[in-house]
Amino acid sequence: MAPLVLCGRLSNARAQVTPQRLLDSAKEPQNWLMYSGDYAGRRFSALDQINASNAAMLVPKWAYQTMAGGKFETTPLVVDGILYGTGQDNRAFALDARAGRPIWQYQRALAADIRPCCGRVNRGMAILGDKVFLGTLDAHVLALDAKTGSVVWDATAVDYRKGYSITLAPLVIKNLVLVGVSGGEYGIRGFIDAYHAATGERKWRFYTIPGPGEPGHDSWEGDSWKIGGAPAWITGTYDLATNTTFWTTGNPSPSNRGEGRSGDNLYSDSLLALDPDTGKLKWYFQFSKHDEHDYDATQVPVMVDQGDRHLILQANRNGFFYVIDRTNGKLEFANPFAKVTWSDSKDTSGVPIARKDASPTLEGNRVCPGAAGATNWMSPAYDPQTQLFYVTAREQCDVFSTAPQPYEAGHAYYGSAYFPNDDAVPFTGALRAIDPNTGKLKWEWKHPSPTWSGVLSTAGGLVFTGDAEGNFIALEAASGKALWHFQCGASVYSSPMSFAIDGKQYVAVAVGSTLFTFGLP
Amino acid sequence: MHSAKNPRLPDPLKQPPVWAATCFTCTLLLMMGLFTASLKAQDKNPFSADPKAAKLGESQFRANCAFCHGLGARGGGRGPDLTRARKRRGNSDADLFRTINEGVPGTAMPQNGATQQGVGMTEEEIWQVISYIRSVERKADATAIGNAAHGKEIFNGTAGCSTCHMIQGKGGRIGPDLSATGATRSTDYIVESLRSPSRRLAQGISEAMKEFSQEYETVKVETADGQKFIGVVLNEDHFTFQMMDTREQIHLFEKDKLRSFEKSRESLMPVYDQKTLSDKDLQDVVAYLLAVGAQ
Repeated sequence: MAPLVLCGRLSNARAQVTPQRLLDSAKEPQNWLMYSGDYAGRRFSALDQINASNAAMLVPKWAYQTMAGGKFETTPLVVDGILYGTGQDNRAFALDARAGRPIWQYQRALAADIRPCCGRVNRGMAILGDKVFLGTLDAHVLALDAKTGSVVWDATAVDYRKGYSITLAPLVIKNLVLVGVSGGEYGIRGFIDAYHAATGERKWRFYTIPGPGEPGHDSWEGDSWKIGGAPAWITGTYDLATNTTFWTTGNPSPSNRGEGRSGDNLYSDSLLALDPDTGKLKWYFQFSKHDEHDYDATQVPVMVDQGDRHLILQANRNGFFYVIDRTNGKLEFANPFAKVTWSDSKDTSGVPIARKDASPTLEGNRVCPGAAGATNWMSPAYDPQTQLFYVTAREQCDVFSTAPQPYEAGHAYYGSAYFPNDDAVPFTGALRAIDPNTGKLKWEWKHPSPTWSGVLSTAGGLVFTGDAEGNFIALEAASGKALWHFQCGASVYSSPMSFAIDGKQYVAVAVGSTLFTFGLP
Repeated sequence: MHSAKNPRLPDPLKQPPVWAATCFTCTLLLMMGLFTASLKAQDKNPFSADPKAAKLGESQFRANCAFCHGLGARGGGRGPDLTRARKRRGNSDADLFRTINEGVPGTAMPQNGATQQGVGMTEEEIWQVISYIRSVERKADATAIGNAAHGKEIFNGTAGCSTCHMIQGKGGRIGPDLSATGATRSTDYIVESLRSPSRRLAQGISEAMKEFSQEYETVKVETADGQKFIGVVLNEDHFTFQMMDTREQIHLFEKDKLRSFEKSRESLMPVYDQKTLSDKDLQDVVAYLLAVGAQ
């Protein structure tokens, strides 16, 4: 526990969140200042009041209900006693983090014809100064007044009618608000944007598919680049030392049909190192070249330092755990962390490459991982104490089918279908603890069926996760032994976080239509 | 799920064209015309004469429906065979539209766009899917070859099906209720369920936000005080499970309090091979299930 920081701020007037406070988030572990908790994307809380010796005593402290149906994916922020969360259909709310009582509530009036893929979801907000920032299902970026929820500015990122939406939590770097777009199911052309936090004016845009004349453009056949997908729908990370922001991209479109877009399809399914001031690309690493299995690389790229090695760790949807030198984008190694059949070899630099016979066929081709991936957008966690990387793994293979499909703007553009395979055994899941030095499994906690819950690790020697059966679970970080669980009543589709107020630690998780918080009695 | 506040399906036919504002009378007449047109659109597929619609509908079907209803709409483990002429929830264009758009409450058939895993369909796309279904469905369902009355006798008598399965409120509880099976499953599926019941276990409880349904897995337990039970799993999570034993008693267990807990995907249902159920008797049982389903 860090007692010095737990009592101070509340009695004072609340200080605004500055760029420096975001950089120094480790100094105020009672707060959760950004989507992944820190710029490194570790989803690690330095709070240790709740720990392996007392986790069994955890009880619900309060619950907040949005009363909205569908998947509740938010990771809330907590700043000096106030919690900022989002809900389905672009709800946003500020709560008294001690009592769970709302201070303000906001819901965007969305057009009737928005068609976001995969649920009317949102994963959270970013904060800077007196504003919180929200991406919307109709592809706008909003600044809301942090004290009232009033809209301060409203920037149109792009026309939602072409299939674009924004579901991720923005990332604030210096005085810029960074977002990426969703829409890999519609034949969009993905991009990452930066807006001035004060005004909403756009500072830069980086297209995740290079235009004519740009390097990488020739990795697309004909005009396929114009509708090639490569969305960027999970929040990036930021390295102050090199002034680099790391973002990841999703599948090329149509997701399950490679015909018509021959080439590597840059920068789909890639890790991008960008200059946050200009949006200029420093380097890239592509995980799945010419992907035909919807293997979005949209998993938080976690920054970890080991001595003088500066790394990015990513357990990818394609089933490999990658360790990448974040100073230059060179792969150190890639090891499978789940069942993989799409690749059985590596190129000279160790990058897994696809088998020729792994492509989808008209009648269907069974490939592992399945369409939902070996993991997905649910956050992993890295615990600097155990030095383990924790990730939700999904053991599900699918039968991938492909068929020609004409492109129509704003209409679904999969070129495919997929089915659960006919295996006699049901799909399972696991929380896996991976040693990043070797890529080897340290322990695993088995889920009866695959889950969409992310992972939180804490200095209390704990990891928290949820399952599809509705349990929110605390495990011992070193061993994976279950210490506590609570039945929340619906499958978990979010990544948990932790905060403290009045010197008391809480753990929060969004489940069903309810934001639950747990603490010691 | 979409709320009433945010209807997912705009009706392009209901949007007045911009130039109409220039002529009030024209607008009135036009609006009346559009009103009629959109009412008709609810009754009848506006693309029924368009040969391209079925092809477009096939793409939509593959992406949105085939997961449960199978490629070619011939039915899968989860969803009924849609190539049948007679659909359980109604055969008209309007019935199909409603079923696709609103789902079927109490079944695994979701509202359009409500699965949360993929993209929903526009009104136009739903009509295209209906065009596709029309293109693959049979003109009339073959009359069942078997004798339904004899099938009923076998079901309730020698084959002992009713010991475990309920039909219209009568029968056992440990297997799935079969009242709707004849209407929602393909004949192949029913035959496979009888001949090789363990190949695809029947699906049990589906929870609103859970991706995968519970299946009828077999379970054997021994409690700490030495009692032994065998039955089917009603539901299971990491820590607990709920089961029904072969005497139809429900048991609620915490796994770590049991002496032993053993699950198996070998169904409790006996294999009905040629010796126990001849091809002819099998046909009669299928005919009985189809007859019940048609009621």
